Amino acid sequence: MPAISMKVNGQAVCGDVEGRTLLVEFIRDKLGLTGTHVGCDTSQCGACVVHVNGKAVKSCTALAIAHDGAEVTTIEGLAANGKLHPMQEAFREHHGLQCGFCTPGMIMAAVDMVNRLGKKLDEDTIRHELEGNICRCTGYHNIVAAVKAGAANM
Amino acid sequence: MDNGTGIGARVKRKEDQRFITGKGNYTDDINLPKQTYAYFVRSPHAHATIKKIDTSKASKMPGVVGIFTGDDVAADKIGGLICGWMIHSKDGSPMKAGPHPILAMGKVRYVGDHVAVVVAETKDLAKAAAAAVDVTYDVLPHVVDVAEAMGHKAQVHEVAPDNRVFNWSIGDQAATDAAFKSAAHITKIDLVNNRLIPNAMEPRAAIGAYDTGMDSYTLYTTSQNPHVARLVISAFHGLAPEHKLRVIAPDVGGGFGSKIFIYAEEVVCVWASKRIGGRPIKWTAERTESFLCDAHGRDHVTHAELATDAGGKITGFRVHTKAAMGAYLSTFASCVPTYLYATLLSGQYNIPNIYAEVDAIYTNTAPVDAYRGAGRPEATYVVERIVETAARELKMDPAEFRRKNFVTQFPHQTPVIMCYDAGDYGAALDKALAIADYKGFGGRKAEAAKRGKLRGIGFSAYIEACGIAPSAAIGSLGAGVGLWESAEVRVNPVGTVEILTGSHSHGQGHETTFAQLVSDRLGIDINNVSIVHGDTDKVQFGMGTYGSRSGAVGMTAISKALDKIEAKAKRVAAAVMEASVNDVEFKNGTFTVKGTDKKMAFGEVALSAYVAHKFNSAEIEPGLKESAFHDPSNFVFPAGVHIAEIEIDPDTGVTDVVNYTAVDDFGNIINPMIVEGQVHGGIVQGIGQALTEGCVYDKASGQLLTGSYMDYQMPRAADVPSFKLDFTCTPCPSNPLGMKGCGEAGAIASPAAVMNAVTDAMGLKDVAMPASPQVVWKALQPMKKAAE
Repeated sequence: MPAISMKVNGQAVCGDVEGRTLLVEFIRDKLGLTGTHVGCDTSQCGACVVHVNGKAVKSCTALAIAHDGAEVTTIEGLAANGKLHPMQEAFREHHGLQCGFCTPGMIMAAVDMVNRLGKKLDEDTIRHELEGNICRCTGYHNIVAAVKAGAANM
Repeated sequence: MDNGTGIGARVKRKEDQRFITGKGNYTDDINLPKQTYAYFVRSPHAHATIKKIDTSKASKMPGVVGIFTGDDVAADKIGGLICGWMIHSKDGSPMKAGPHPILAMGKVRYVGDHVAVVVAETKDLAKAAAAAVDVTYDVLPHVVDVAEAMGHKAQVHEVAPDNRVFNWSIGDQAATDAAFKSAAHITKIDLVNNRLIPNAMEPRAAIGAYDTGMDSYTLYTTSQNPHVARLVISAFHGLAPEHKLRVIAPDVGGGFGSKIFIYAEEVVCVWASKRIGGRPIKWTAERTESFLCDAHGRDHVTHAELATDAGGKITGFRVHTKAAMGAYLSTFASCVPTYLYATLLSGQYNIPNIYAEVDAIYTNTAPVDAYRGAGRPEATYVVERIVETAARELKMDPAEFRRKNFVTQFPHQTPVIMCYDAGDYGAALDKALAIADYKGFGGRKAEAAKRGKLRGIGFSAYIEACGIAPSAAIGSLGAGVGLWESAEVRVNPVGTVEILTGSHSHGQGHETTFAQLVSDRLGIDINNVSIVHGDTDKVQFGMGTYGSRSGAVGMTAISKALDKIEAKAKRVAAAVMEASVNDVEFKNGTFTVKGTDKKMAFGEVALSAYVAHKFNSAEIEPGLKESAFHDPSNFVFPAGVHIAEIEIDPDTGVTDVVNYTAVDDFGNIINPMIVEGQVHGGIVQGIGQALTEGCVYDKASGQLLTGSYMDYQMPRAADVPSFKLDFTCTPCPSNPLGMKGCGEAGAIASPAAVMNAVTDAMGLKDVAMPASPQVVWKALQPMKKAAE
């Protein structure tokens, strides 16, 4: 099995993977970072979104071996120095989560949205940008409010 | 105490910290030492006889630990899956429940039916070996459409030759027929309530582990009701007695009903662990398995007729429904289209005569059981679609037609069992009309027409019965269990409190709302309260969370236990302060003695109770821990008015929900922020049913065509609007907190509101759900042609 190395949440990590090992499997099973979830296996639901070299990637549809040398941020790495990221804070403040399963992917996708589009986001933009993230609990109402507020505070 | 965290406060959720930082603990996040992985061999056919299962090649594949089939299940005498609610047909005969083994025995009855399990060192190895299990089938005729299944040549179970599980009725047929004979007008409608696939975002998962030293089992599982799972696996599957089986449901990523039921896969994992010498077995559903094998919802075909007199008063209602059960009777399948459905056919209306008949029918599909609302969305859909249609036929304003027929006196006994205890339906209607600016609709419609859009408005004045359920009442109706709830309050010597509840939170925020109740009652900091749930070794017993019961039933049990804590603490305080217990008062976390300046904080009394130095232990037992079971005396009856306003683009058939107003009466509310979140989520599940979601089985092949998110359209953020919510409040008289339930209301109300708006915009009596762009565009073509 080939060995790969990455920087995950600022820490150097390495491990042996099979050619078919998915990035999400490497993150969850090898690194024990279980905040990144698998909801659909088909890159539709977005529960598995992480940042690879600063961009949002659906880790259920990415091969670990293709990310040798990459810098990866998962939900566990978003809070810096024990302080929640403004987007995490906004999801709590606006009740943008219920069961919590889609939440890590939602937050990672939302941060990426702001990185690409800036801090001033209107409701239409947020709704369309969340196309790749499915939530079954919240009806999106509070997620939209959270993303808007979180973006403004970033 | 600090009212910032008490009853009625918008307290931010305590559980959120772990979820927003990726530290939740869901079943698939757990890994046990020496763990193996299961992969299921599933039927590719809708209906077939199993001629042979050849595992010789698969068993030699790398990493395979064991392969098990129905023969192994039979050898270990593991019982089949059960349906826990007995329904009798009109003729008195019991429902016809076919066998449902945890691994197929001789026959498969739907695509995805569990045939064998492969246990291996890794997921990938298990999956590879499962593909090498060679099953020879003799394919049989199948039927997947409930409308065609009764008497079809495909016979799903031998016990039900015509595929009919039961033919059940409720209400007075003769009186209802008489009402129709004297009616001034009769409105008729045929409706299909489309089959839905629940799709909690966390797929089902299980880890079964047998402890060879202790001769006991542990099952981690995605369950809404771990104690019920333990009871069924013990008493019916016969795996082990309850004290030898621990069921843990840790963080659960949404349920919506689909995680109430006891499924084959979970039982197989815990059973087979002993077969492989006690190594734990983990199974996590792939999303396609969730589509194939989670219990589906709805799937009704209904004909309904409504009789009205010359003054526009409803005089009679009769309904006939064919309800799909799927290939097997799931855990609570039989009560959904009967006691959770037809008992709500009176809606918010004073209808003197109601008669309903339900045929429950087997089809070669996944089992159908409770899905958010469970029967009540189906009832509301029938009632609110026919009421809207009747208003249109009678040329009456749909809001005023409803108001004319509203129940206004309480208690109100309907002709279909339910006794509504409190409500003010007119108040909710008034509020909703104002928020939705109903008066301005004509102007908005005209403006939309200028843009080439068809605009419509639709109402849904729903009622539901939840807070399930009074045990003796449901027992008399066939339930196999009682639906009380339990609570235990453990006060620690330092005055912090642990609440053990039989309810289970999988998104509802119990760790916050339950703590609010305790903080409010005991006057202690909310951060000094923790809520323990989801582990049969910690919580003595409980019935779990579904049917919007955790507030009205679960919190009432906590409230009762808190009453006992207060009473005991007063005795301790009286002894320590050398006063009569009758003179001790408790307020804002402080015990005082009437007419003196003596006082003790709650924490001081807790410590005194445990050190036991200042009272006679023969008179007062040391410690401060109490428990209570609460069995409700009635259902609770949330009700409200939802108004949907939609626009259709006739060129594309796309329906856009442009305004949505919801006014709900949930009685007293503990945390409005959480309640609003429940309503938002429910509304969108209902909009999903109305506009995007539909489970499709191919009639010719019996294959599930909607087996992934690329085929089954879940509502996404851009498919729905933000919502306008408000509340009315008539406190529930049957529990001390005055609470009703809020978990299902949105999903119950919204399909009818949206479809009434769609049919209003199109000027049609009915449009099929989901009213997808294709459906709407097609339905508009004859009208376009006629206009040309």
